[in-house]
Amino acid sequence: MKPAFQPGASVTVSNRDIQGHMRTPTYIRGKTGVVERLCGSFRNPETLAYGGDGLPKQPLYRVRFLQSHVWPEYRGPSTDTVDIEIYQHWLEPVS
Amino acid sequence: MKRGVHDIGGLPENQIDQSEHDYALWEKRIDALLVLLTGEKQIMRVDELRRGIESLDIDAYSELSYYERWIASISKILVEKGIFSSTELEGKMAEVLARGTES
Repeated sequence: MKPAFQPGASVTVSNRDIQGHMRTPTYIRGKTGVVERLCGSFRNPETLAYGGDGLPKQPLYRVRFLQSHVWPEYRGPSTDTVDIEIYQHWLEPVS
Repeated sequence: MKRGVHDIGGLPENQIDQSEHDYALWEKRIDALLVLLTGEKQIMRVDELRRGIESLDIDAYSELSYYERWIASISKILVEKGIFSSTELEGKMAEVLARGTES
């Protein structure tokens, strides 16, 4: 799987309601952030967790979100951010 | 959206116990066991460990300590893979328990 996003790209985390071993926390689903970096490509933990081979490898990104966007009642500085590592198949481009 | 037992980011929670403690011997053994299982022979993967932990029911997840969750998951995954059966595991546990109570 080739990387689809460059650093600086705006992306929205898929809001899918799905059971199983997912590494995308519920609180970040549906939120929009900016790709900070590509971390590399790794076997997919969602199938590795069930004895699969995890292939094809999925690009993994560090995505940066504004805390005030993630937590509507956030009272800290408006520039505060949170970085979360998210696999490409959870990310959608922001047009 | 239904959350997994571990997926608690943003939910209200009581104070988190941040005190440090030394690891007990049994905890070190469980850690070593996972190193062996996920090492060269790759009998299981850490992703499977996580899946086993995440599939504990809420009561077990809340009551078990960190390494108790690990061993619960490791046991489940190894039974699933047919490395040993749950009957064999129960038999071994009874044997060890009996050994511990011998005077």
